[in-house]
Amino acid sequence: MRLQRKDLLGIEDLSAEEILLILDTAYSFKEVAARPIKKVPTLRGRTVMNLFFESSTRTRASFEIAEKRLSADSVSFGSVSGSSVSKGETLLDTARTLEAMAPDILVMRHASSGAPHFIARMCKSSVVNAGDGMHEHPTQALLDAFTIRERKGKLQGLRVAIVGDIVHSRVARSNLWLLTKLGAEVVLAGPPTLMPPGIERLGARVTRSVDEAVEGVDVVMMLRIQTERLSGHDFPSAREYFRLFGLTAERLARARSDAILMHPGPMNRGVEIDSSVADGPESVILDQVTNGVAVRMAVLYLLSGGATEAGHAPSR
Amino acid sequence: MRLVVSKGRVIDPVSRLDATLDILVEDGRIAAVGPELSASGATILDASGRVVVPGLIDMHVHLREPGFEHKETIESGTAAAAAGGFTAVVAMANTSPVNDTAAVTEYVRRRSAEAGKATVFPVGAITKGLEGKCLTEIGELVNAGVVAVSDDGHPVENPLLMRRAMEYSTLFDVPIIEHCETPELHPGGSMHEGFWSTCLGLRGIPAASEEIAVRRNVALAELTGARLHVAHLSTRGALQAVREAKRKALPVTCEVTPHHLLLTDEAVRGYDTNTKMMPPLRSEEDRQALWEGLADGTVDAIATDHAPHHLDDKCVEYDKAAFGVVGLETAVPLCLDRLVDKKIISLSRLVELLSSNPARILGLPKGSLAVGADADITILDLERTSTVRPERFQSKGRNTPFAGWELRGGPVVTVVGGRIVWQAHDEAM
Repeated sequence: MRLQRKDLLGIEDLSAEEILLILDTAYSFKEVAARPIKKVPTLRGRTVMNLFFESSTRTRASFEIAEKRLSADSVSFGSVSGSSVSKGETLLDTARTLEAMAPDILVMRHASSGAPHFIARMCKSSVVNAGDGMHEHPTQALLDAFTIRERKGKLQGLRVAIVGDIVHSRVARSNLWLLTKLGAEVVLAGPPTLMPPGIERLGARVTRSVDEAVEGVDVVMMLRIQTERLSGHDFPSAREYFRLFGLTAERLARARSDAILMHPGPMNRGVEIDSSVADGPESVILDQVTNGVAVRMAVLYLLSGGATEAGHAPSR
Repeated sequence: MRLVVSKGRVIDPVSRLDATLDILVEDGRIAAVGPELSASGATILDASGRVVVPGLIDMHVHLREPGFEHKETIESGTAAAAAGGFTAVVAMANTSPVNDTAAVTEYVRRRSAEAGKATVFPVGAITKGLEGKCLTEIGELVNAGVVAVSDDGHPVENPLLMRRAMEYSTLFDVPIIEHCETPELHPGGSMHEGFWSTCLGLRGIPAASEEIAVRRNVALAELTGARLHVAHLSTRGALQAVREAKRKALPVTCEVTPHHLLLTDEAVRGYDTNTKMMPPLRSEEDRQALWEGLADGTVDAIATDHAPHHLDDKCVEYDKAAFGVVGLETAVPLCLDRLVDKKIISLSRLVELLSSNPARILGLPKGSLAVGADADITILDLERTSTVRPERFQSKGRNTPFAGWELRGGPVVTVVGGRIVWQAHDEAM
């Protein structure tokens, strides 16, 4: 099976079959990390540009490692001073200039929702959305699904609580689309000041109580308070936020006994999550990071025209 | 110079006319309206099978001159007006320099007289530099020819200043046209706040932003007795506030735009920056409320808020793009196809909304085909079909959300002061 699309811009427009294709493909790439020589020749001769207009540590490193392990030639640009971005060049001019160097794939993170969609319309290269504003972060949702499937063997029928700053979270939106497409049940919890209007129409149950949200769930996914996006007056203090919405061992105990705990990182310890649970036995937070590389290898491979034979990957 | 517009279906709500008649124009005025008129040496304009209405007036446009001639000029903007069937436009004050002095008003009037195809009525600023800090010399602006005052583009946030502006405006009997918004409620907002802003991850502008401002300004109009005209009204709540004000017989009027009547926030899917304007495209519920307002008379006028922008202002990230869409060349076909042809409103009501009501609100000697009135006439063809093609616009702005729409009905001839200023290319008249 092949992925019949030029770009990966979001989960919203992917079918369940496409999501499963990416996840199955990622299984076969995960094993590369266990080899002494962590490299396959799959994308030899292909050029990938990483355009991070918004700062990033883990996503950028993850994409760069994925590209190198696939033997692609990759170049990265950050939103550093001295680049053309800081000289007032428009996004479109930057993208067209870079495209003139004939890259095969542009991996792009941008603080404006829809920016990768705009560039994808204007450029012939494939575009991978590495996070756009408050809209989508598709590879994060894919690596989260990969991690859940790895631990639980399935997504269908699972109950997942997503807790925290929902309104500013592209991770929440991408996960909500992905999990509901694959048959999981999603409950969202957070303060009303950080809950976007109408999100229940996307198939989630919404509650203000973390205790209620985590009751009996298989997966607890905590979100980072996005201090850089807060508009002010969202909650009175980190102290009160933690008291009302932070994940503690007592709250986590309401979940199923075999529940797993996830966080897309970076964590605000003591604000949305207590260190004892972040580092506890339920936590799969570092597995998420590990799996991110395999999932991004799969995405880059499939967008380059790669195929995965049906039944080649473990069917779960 | 004499002109006979012959055998058209003449619709004039002010004269309560709807009949096949001739119109005789002499020296720029309507000289006679009746069956089978003739005059020696007159040019004959055959309007049989067509609808002849008082010249349409767009009471809310941005012509961008002086200061932003790369977006639009008085010449290109009035050419767009004429090509859209408008014989007069009301030009907002947010130019550079701002129209806050008689010198700028006089400049706009002189450029319009030199280059303008349609008549331009300037609006003066309420506050100097649109800064919301101190009143302009409204008396001098009115002397120079402004027909209303407005800080359009910016609301007047300070309630005391707005109160004083309203009180002071009653000296000159000019309406205050207010852009009703509460900006502090939605920093960074770029679309209507609702389900679609949630899906698209764009910061929202709640409907309450407009309703809060409309209700405050209605209360101040009641306090001061000033005439308040609400610009580009877009929400159910704001419409209800105007409806209640009218029930109290307050001198409050409002306009709506074709884009708010015909599109909703769902159109933002795909992040086309030509769907970005202020106020933003609202919910389906709001859109339906505006249709009810058209039908029950709460809405006084349809105005385009024609806001041309350069491609560079729009070909950027959605949240960084300029607010505003063009409207002069699409409004009439859109209204004929989507409102009149679909039986939402009658043709006569459309003429009220696009001509006689704007003239009444602004006190213009226009908006009627009565004998003695200015000979501003728009001829419509209800069967003519067209496709919206931005690349063919007379306007310098190409920023329309309606590109590619196929529409039935449109203007075919525009007459200003007895002079034919525009005819559709395929017209063999």
